Amino acid sequence: MRVRLSGQSVHNELVRRVEEYSGQDLMACYQCGKCAAGCPVAFAMDMLPSQVIRFVQLGLVDRLLDSKTIWLCAACQTCYTRCPKGVDLSRIMEALREIVMFEKGSYINYDAISPRDVMEWPQQAFIGGFRKYAV
Amino acid sequence: MKVSYFPGCTLNTTGKGFDNAVRAATAAVGLELIELAEWNCCGATYPLIVDNMLELAAPAHVLVAARNQGSTVTTACTTCYNVLKRTNKFIREHPDERERLNAFIEAEYQGEVEVKDILHLLRDEVGFAAVQEKVQRPLKDLKVACYYGCMVLRPPAEVAYDDPDHPRSLDDLMTALGAMPVDYPHKNECCGAYLTVSAPEVTREMVYTILKSAQLAGAQAVVTNCPLCQFNLDKRQAEMAQFHAGFQSLPVFYFSQLMGLALGLDASEYGWERHYIDVRPLLNSLGL
Repeated sequence: MRVRLSGQSVHNELVRRVEEYSGQDLMACYQCGKCAAGCPVAFAMDMLPSQVIRFVQLGLVDRLLDSKTIWLCAACQTCYTRCPKGVDLSRIMEALREIVMFEKGSYINYDAISPRDVMEWPQQAFIGGFRKYAV
Repeated sequence: MKVSYFPGCTLNTTGKGFDNAVRAATAAVGLELIELAEWNCCGATYPLIVDNMLELAAPAHVLVAARNQGSTVTTACTTCYNVLKRTNKFIREHPDERERLNAFIEAEYQGEVEVKDILHLLRDEVGFAAVQEKVQRPLKDLKVACYYGCMVLRPPAEVAYDDPDHPRSLDDLMTALGAMPVDYPHKNECCGAYLTVSAPEVTREMVYTILKSAQLAGAQAVVTNCPLCQFNLDKRQAEMAQFHAGFQSLPVFYFSQLMGLALGLDASEYGWERHYIDVRPLLNSLGL
């Protein structure tokens, strides 16, 4: 992938928002890859967790907004627990979800939820899921 | 010992059997749980966006109710524990935000209450040795895989009372009850949590990895302390054989159910009917 970088493109408005929402030092990451290696959902992701933060560092947040990865992070905090630089990647994922839902509304489709699911799901799955995937 | 108890939404509904077992088993070892006179949902996730004060209001409200009733509050729901523990730490360490939050919920709360997971209290206040003395029917010959999930372990600096990489509290409790915990590497790996509502097929594969690992270690059953993990590990097995030929199902218990059984208590209200994988054949084969 060929990317043209400049000071302006790296410090764009979307990067600023990710930084503000997540409260993380984005440049702290030196791409060791521990987050991707330990992520239990990486097998289902279209971009690895380490790639997500790399794209943010390069000012390419717009390319992350269509990725499946940000919706598959379950905030289990395995990456944060192992990160040698103390970056909480789950907060960056949440910031990206917020940016998308701010533009497009809820990610979860309420109509697809069956009455049987409503009876079966633990309350915490409902509430947690809706908090993560709905505005 | 008396301690304030926050059941939370899940233990009040789909996890009622877990709740019944927790109350009975703790009472049997001298830990009296006094349910909070007034409580609300904790919010079920700790907000990860900076300055998201609104989502802290619900757990803060629970903490205020707990403060009004005693010095320590406990819960058996690992998610509630995680949310309350982290919120309390945030309130203690951020005076400016604390002031705004207090103004919003119309309270004066500085983080006075101690939030402790029920397993933590059983380990440190009651003691597993004391639990062992009360065992009537040891879980002899039960090879069990203890599964901790995420919420009592991560982030370690905020919530852990156990080694986040090699947790032992559940294993030690099971040993005290006479069971044989197996060692396997996935005891602290995420089961998918609320992905179960948005990507059940992904959750299924995560559950498969965990259960297969437990089976390779010789486990006959899984035991967990998290109601959402219990649901995922149990429910997702129903369709597992379609995707993984030859998959053999494993019953998934709550620790309190096994504790109640081992203590010789009446286990009829422990929610067995809500299990997706029938636990009775295994219990019958063990004479429990």
